[in-house]
Amino acid sequence: MSVKNETVQSQATQYLTFMLREEGFAIEISKVREVLDVTTMTRIPRMPVYLSGVINLRGNVVPVMDLGQRLGMGIIEYTKNTCIMIVELEVDANLVEMGVLTDSVQMVLDLNPEDIESVPKMGTNLNTEFIKGMGRQSEEKFLIILDIDKVLASEGEATLREIDSAVSIHLGESKPEEAAGLEA
Amino acid sequence: MAESEYAEVFREEAGELLEELETSLLELEKDPADLKIVSRVFRAMHTIKGSGAMFGFDDIAGFTHHVETALDKVRDGTVPVSKELIDLTLASRDHIRALLDAATGGGEADPAEGERIIASLQVLVGGAASGEKKAVPAPAASVEEKDPTTGRRTHYRISIKPTPEFFVGGNTLEALLAELGELGESTVFMDGEQKGGGVLILLTMDKGINAIEDVLVFAESSCEVKVKVLAVEGEDEFEEHRKIGEILVEKGELSVDDLKTVLDRQKPLGELLVGENLVSRTSIDAALAEQKLVREAKEKGTVAKGAESIRVASEKLDQLINLVGELVVTQARLTQVASQHKDTELVEPVEEVERLTAELRDCVLNIRMLPIGTTFAKFKRLVRDLSAELGKEVVMVTEGAETELDKNVIDQLGDPMVHLIRNCIDHGIESPEEREQAGKPRKGTISLAAQHSGANVVITVTDDGKGLDAEKIRQKGLEKGLLRPDTEVSEQEIWNTIFAPGLSTAKTITSVSGRGVGMDVVKSTVEALKGSVSVTNSIKGKGTTITIILPLTLAIINGLLVKVGDTHFVLPLSQVEECVELTREDIARFHERRMLPVREQLVPYVRLRDFFAISGERPLLEQMVISRIHGERFGLVLDDVVGEHQTVLKSLGWVYRNATGLSGSTILGNGHVALILDVANVMKCARQEEHKALAN
Repeated sequence: MSVKNETVQSQATQYLTFMLREEGFAIEISKVREVLDVTTMTRIPRMPVYLSGVINLRGNVVPVMDLGQRLGMGIIEYTKNTCIMIVELEVDANLVEMGVLTDSVQMVLDLNPEDIESVPKMGTNLNTEFIKGMGRQSEEKFLIILDIDKVLASEGEATLREIDSAVSIHLGESKPEEAAGLEA
Repeated sequence: MAESEYAEVFREEAGELLEELETSLLELEKDPADLKIVSRVFRAMHTIKGSGAMFGFDDIAGFTHHVETALDKVRDGTVPVSKELIDLTLASRDHIRALLDAATGGGEADPAEGERIIASLQVLVGGAASGEKKAVPAPAASVEEKDPTTGRRTHYRISIKPTPEFFVGGNTLEALLAELGELGESTVFMDGEQKGGGVLILLTMDKGINAIEDVLVFAESSCEVKVKVLAVEGEDEFEEHRKIGEILVEKGELSVDDLKTVLDRQKPLGELLVGENLVSRTSIDAALAEQKLVREAKEKGTVAKGAESIRVASEKLDQLINLVGELVVTQARLTQVASQHKDTELVEPVEEVERLTAELRDCVLNIRMLPIGTTFAKFKRLVRDLSAELGKEVVMVTEGAETELDKNVIDQLGDPMVHLIRNCIDHGIESPEEREQAGKPRKGTISLAAQHSGANVVITVTDDGKGLDAEKIRQKGLEKGLLRPDTEVSEQEIWNTIFAPGLSTAKTITSVSGRGVGMDVVKSTVEALKGSVSVTNSIKGKGTTITIILPLTLAIINGLLVKVGDTHFVLPLSQVEECVELTREDIARFHERRMLPVREQLVPYVRLRDFFAISGERPLLEQMVISRIHGERFGLVLDDVVGEHQTVLKSLGWVYRNATGLSGSTILGNGHVALILDVANVMKCARQEEHKALAN
């Protein structure tokens, strides 16, 4: 699944690239613990849709986020390429693990600082807060480098509260939604 | 300074002794005539002094020595137990604590404070506190001096045989001997052949056998100690039993070395007997072996006795709990697999494993459970000191001190409880004069109560003081923007704003409270323990009750596994009262109103499928699990009850910490994750939502 780029240069940083809706994304590989195939997920009810649920990772319960939903690109459909990247991030001075659901994981790529362009002020259709830069993979091909900490952390919680309150108001009418996740 | 490792041992030991000392002193205050408590206090001080000196904490030993001397007078009955004396002894206990902390690198001790305490003590016991016990270790002396004042001179034979543990603790025989030497004239026979061998001491003194025991009390656990009265002056019937060599040595007519040389020339008895052909060598060997066996058995006996309690780092315990947790999960899986295989040969060992695992789990969890009374005792001192400082008269009563809680919870509960009690004394309880005017007894009462309630422990702190001034708090709350002027708030909501940061209605800032920090710390600490704290009652002029509810945050709980659609949930078994069926007819009978008569009482229910928005058709026959929350019966309707399930609590992680109606998760036998229901929370949310929906 991963192809190692042999030309390691002094300032190069390694990135893990992955696909979301045929679009290339990347995150720093130092943040990624491991990549898993999709396993049985338990959905946590009354939570925003972009939180897919929890998985059992060798006896630890790890939350998983649907990156497609999070970035406003629609829910991820499960295929045989669907992966969960286990990402490590710091929350309140504690290292926590979090799963990130994505369409497929591509490879490990070295990018030099000069290969990374700054975020365009507009046109990405994404929250620019989430983007660290645009990585040039080839002449024509650009990758969106995500600031995964921002994607997963603080901002997420604010949204989480919003949606949570929205959900609880919603529930007065008891609207059943797709909830059982993969277990169904 | 002592080596850090030993210092740590001493610090722990002394810490425990100081706690015991405090408890004993407070007891003594209640019952000043109880001499047993006096000697307990004395012993604690003495042990601190002794081991302090051994580990090189000379300042502690020096200070404690003076206190001990004063206490000795009390033990003799020369000085009565007074409040002043207890005050001073408590102060010295605190000073020792400070010295101890200073010596181990935490904070500083004020030597002037120590001098002040000693001076006051000396005044109190009539200047006699300096009554010296500093006698230089007496060398083998032959001249016997008759002490005209006290008891009869007695000769003792003390044999000390240290076990290896003794030296592990950093003790040395020399220090012990020096202390014994202080008691009177002593002669020491070291077993020089091997390091760590036994010692024989002949001691002549007039202080009574208690004095020896006091010295040896902290060595007893790691040494084989024998004290024998050889002779009491005037009763010389013991004399003949003494060996000539010893007497000679004691009289100074023969040096120890000379005696040894002569004795060494003597062949062992066995050798002599064989030499004379009286017995065969084999029988001697047998006798020796027997002797050895008896000795070994004895040694083992002492070791076993010494191992009554051991100190274990709490991380090790945490690790053990984690492992047992994993084991329980794996065992559940094993049981499941075995039941699928329907192999009779497999069933039996699997059942055995199940039984053993359950036992192991209970044992391990039990290790961590401590009665909450250990913290209650600490608060007694707090109440005593604080009420004196603030000029109030307060008694503390406790209830349910035997209620057991996880050690981790107890450890972290201390600070919030201290805050609450401080608040009670400072803000709640009025001055004695005010109380009399209000027609209340002069003495205010603070009562601490703990009890189990389902899977929770409920701790209440009640005072009979002036109660909360709701209006004043409301004003303050408005000022700080904690309450909105346009909304109607219940009295309870007003009370509970005292837990908001920055709110204090105290007009003056005392050393105790009034800075507006404290109550919010209480709330955050309790919430960190997954508990809740609230003012449950407050009547003006009558008092206030604050209730802390804590879960028994155990790593493992007994649960009831249930199913809704494909999602598995676990209900803590302790919250389950009964399970009943809910048929379509029942539902129709009540026109879809969510209630069902169970045993002639209407029980409201919530359908989990609706509450959690789980898709799918509900089955014809539903199950209802009834719980009792705050005295009310409440039903949860679900598809199916799978059965009992032992559950290792796992947090849902930071992302889901605000999840409604769930308190955690657990891993099932098949590796899937099931969610643990928080029934009380489900009920609360469901009720709020219903009210909201009606309001709209």
